[in-house]
This record gives sequence, structure tokens and C-alpha cells, in this order.
Amino acid sequence: MSDIKAATLEYATRLGDDSVVLGHRISEWVSYGPFLEEDIAYGNVSLDYIGRARMFYTYAAELAADGRDEDDFAFMRNDREYRNLLLMEMPKGDFAYSQVRQLFADVYYTVLLPELLQSKDETLSAIAAKAIKETKYHLRRSRDWVLRLGDGTEESHKRTQKAVDQLWGYTHEMFDMDETEQLLADEGIGVDVSKLRDAWLKMVTDILTEATITVPEDSWAVRGGRTGYHTENLGHMLTEMQIVHRSNPGCKW
Amino acid sequence: MTPQEEQFWAKIEAEEKIEPKDWMPDDYRKNLIRQISQHAHSEVIGMQPEGNWITRAPSLRRKAVLLSKVQDEAGHGLYLYSACETLGISRSEMIEQLQTGKAKYSSIFNYPTLTWADVGAIGWLVDGAAIVNQVSLQRTSYGPYSRGMIRICKEESFHQRQGYEAILALAKGSPDQKAMAQDALDRFYWPALMMFGPHDSESAHSQKSMQWKIKRETNDDLRQKFVDQTVKQIEVLGLEHPDKAIKWNEERGHYDSSDLNWDEFWSVINGNGHCNRQRIEHHVAAHDEGEWVRDAISAYNEKKRAKKAQNAA
Repeated sequence: MSDIKAATLEYATRLGDDSVVLGHRISEWVSYGPFLEEDIAYGNVSLDYIGRARMFYTYAAELAADGRDEDDFAFMRNDREYRNLLLMEMPKGDFAYSQVRQLFADVYYTVLLPELLQSKDETLSAIAAKAIKETKYHLRRSRDWVLRLGDGTEESHKRTQKAVDQLWGYTHEMFDMDETEQLLADEGIGVDVSKLRDAWLKMVTDILTEATITVPEDSWAVRGGRTGYHTENLGHMLTEMQIVHRSNPGCKW
Repeated sequence: MTPQEEQFWAKIEAEEKIEPKDWMPDDYRKNLIRQISQHAHSEVIGMQPEGNWITRAPSLRRKAVLLSKVQDEAGHGLYLYSACETLGISRSEMIEQLQTGKAKYSSIFNYPTLTWADVGAIGWLVDGAAIVNQVSLQRTSYGPYSRGMIRICKEESFHQRQGYEAILALAKGSPDQKAMAQDALDRFYWPALMMFGPHDSESAHSQKSMQWKIKRETNDDLRQKFVDQTVKQIEVLGLEHPDKAIKWNEERGHYDSSDLNWDEFWSVINGNGHCNRQRIEHHVAAHDEGEWVRDAISAYNEKKRAKKAQNAA
């Protein structure tokens, strides 16, 4: 396998991991929302991410060409092999926590996907084209929620500020590059995320400010998702997600 | 009979729909509120036993199908709450009735979903039984309910096919998967039959509901339809029929089957099934935890309104 092909396989896997992990976390809200309309919205957003994960993994499987399929990528790798960003695996927390995480992720995809759309790799570009439309809707929703929660009651404000403060340190690694991603960026296949932080920060700052939320200082950062150095949360999440699949090896569903 | 009553009965007689602004007898209205809200609550509580498997679905495709199904159920809950609101009751009143036990929901959701196969069994048998009932309700006399049913039936028949297909994959899979399918069938078959309600002779609301054409077919007739259609489906799966007494009756043109365990039926209806307490506690907990979120929306909207008024002045 060429270096570029191997890097693209790794890249598609990383993006698939981000999607499946975040999609799983969002799905944990179904039947736990503050009202019925939110249960529906959560289901919707989760479905979009599971759909993205399937597209990225299917592409990864195609590149790997070793007989694996999308489910092997999702269900047969352990937490040390997963390469998702840490932000995506944080537990659902309260409603403010989930919406703030969602805002950070939605703004990230808002700046990332138009770049991925330009990829020379047609499959990655096609996935980006589909995802851009979904992200537009996702951002509208998470932005509205953060505004309402931040500028709602004293309690909702406090919870939202706390969530922002707790999650901020996990956003830095979203803009880290390593050799694999640098190679792909140089080839016009992958996105140079190190160039996206300013745009991300501006959008997030505008929204948080309007929501009367203080933007935290960059005083701490936790990193490691892309090298498989996760928080303790992912292992539990994957244990639950993979239990049925792994208990019945080789079965079709 | 007053002229209003005469008009009402003339419409019922002529198979015309009663609409929200039409005059209707109080008991008709009450009966509809009971039935439609019960139906809405069933959709909403039904999200729990299926939602129980979203995070453990064994493939990404099945996870997506299940998510989308549960989302549809929530959507059905919404239309039905809206249909019921046309009768002069608010959603928050209905939720309160659910949480205090004043309103019921389908007892089937008080049975636990213990394995992945249960998700398939619910789609196939529970949605299957619901459709038999709902198809007949498409002709119900109240307009908003009838139109809601037409829409819901389309989605439910899709769910039923998906559920059957999920069970089929298991029944044709490994011995363990097949055993899982058989176990789910054995546990859900009987409660699915009970979904049609007690025998007609024991049913408190049936007779009046039939006269008003809220209900179009009797519990026992609908149950028989379901029994008949399920025999062949079980054969195709290659599973054993849970009812050892099932037998074709040439004279009746229907299958004869065992009588149901009505003690269990009444016990679950009266709140003593595996999950009655759990389901309501889950709903109450989510609703209570959501209170600060709902308060935040009101406060935010109030601030925006005040600002707008200030700017206008």
C-alpha cells in the first residue's frame, strides 16, 4: 500500500471514529430529552452522524481491502485503537453540557467540511458535500440552544458556563496536525486543521458572547485522541456499544 | 334528541367525520380524549423498551434503523397529542395524567426488552398488532384522529417489515441467534395478543365506542385477525409456534387458539408488570430534569419580548 493510501485509510478511520462516537453519545438522549420535540431532534442528529460514520468506514474498508466491512471498524476495534477526538467521547452530562459540546463540534465541522469538500479525493469530497447540509441544520440548533440556555435563567446560565469551562480544554487537539494529516494536507487530500482555529474561535466567541457566556482563557489542554490515548469514558462506551456484536462472533445481523 | 344531537348522529350514520369545531356529546369527547391520549402515551412510553437497545445495536445499519424507528414513534406521539389537543386538553395536562397513573398506555411496554431479538419482536409482533387495530381506526369517526391514523399506519407497516426482517436475519443465523429469536417470540407473542384488550364481554368502553364509531371492530375480531396472519409468518421463520393448541378451524375459517392468561393481563394493567414503575419513573425523571431547560426557554423568550417592546417604544 502506498504511503498516501495508508494515510487516507487512517484519515477516513479517524473521521469515522469521530462520527460514530459523537453519534453514539447523542443517541443516549433519546427518551431522556426535556420534551418530545427534543427527543426527535436528538434522534435526527444522531442518525446523521451514524450515517457519516458508515460512509467513512465503508471507504476505509475499501482502501484496506482486507475483507473488513464498516462494522468491523466500529465494533471490532478496542478503545486503544480508536482515533476519535476526546471531545466526542465525553459523557452526555446534562443538557447544557451536551449542547455546548455540540456547538463546539458543529462549528468545527462548519469550518472543516468546506475544506474537505475541496479534497482531491472524490469519496472524501462527496461525504463532505452531504455532511455540509446536515451541519448547517445542526449548528442552527446548537447555536439556538446555547443562546437560550446562556441567556435564560440564572441556573441555565450557570450550567452553560460550567460546561464551556469544562469542555474548553478538549477543543485544542481538534486543530493539531501530525505526520499523517500533514502528508494528506500537502497532497490536497486532507484538511490542514491547524489553519482553522482562528475561524472556529471567532464563531464560537461570537455565539458565546451573545449568549452572555465568558470565553475561557486557554489555560489548559488535554490531548491524545488521535493517538489512542483516551479518557476513561471511551472504554465504557465501547463496551456497551460492542457487546452484542462481539458476543456473537462472525454473525450477520 | 336536541337538533345538535340529531345532527351529530346523522353524521355518524352517514360515515361523515366529526371535526373539532362540531358539536359533540360530552361522553364522546371524553371517550376520545381517553383513547387518543392513551395512544399518544403508548407511543411515548414505547420509546423506552426500544431505546433500551439503541446503544447496543449489533451493526451500524441496525442502529440507524432503530434510531429512525424510535424517532418515528416520538413523532406519532406528537401528532396524537396534537389531535387530542383539538378536543380541549393541553399536552401538559395529558402528561400529568400519564405520570399520575390517571391515563394509561399500552401494557405491552411494561414487558422488558431483554435481548436484541426483542427489538425485532416488537417491530414484528407489537407494531403488527398495533397496525391491525390502527387500520380499522383509519375509519374512526373523529376527523383528526382518523387522519393521524392514516399517516401513522404507513410508518407502522414499514416498522413491522423492518422488525420481521430483523427477526428473519436471526432465525436464519447461528444457532444462538435462532434461539434468541425463539425466546423473543415466546415472550412477546402472548402480550401482543393481549394488546387488543379484554374479551368484548369484559371491555368497559367497547360498546359505546362502537356506537359512536370511534372503534370500528371488536377486540376479539381484531385479535383473531392477528392470530390468523401470524401463523404463516412464524412458519416462514422456521420457529415454533408458542401456542401448542393453534389449529385451523375449517368451519370458522379461522385458527382456534388457547385462551390468554387474563390474570396476568389484569395484573400488568393494574400496575404490577415487570416495568410499570420503571417506565413511569423514567418519564418523570426525564421530565423533571428537563424543567430547568423549559424554564430557560421561557425566560429567554421573555427577555427577547421585553427588548423588542423597549425598542418599539
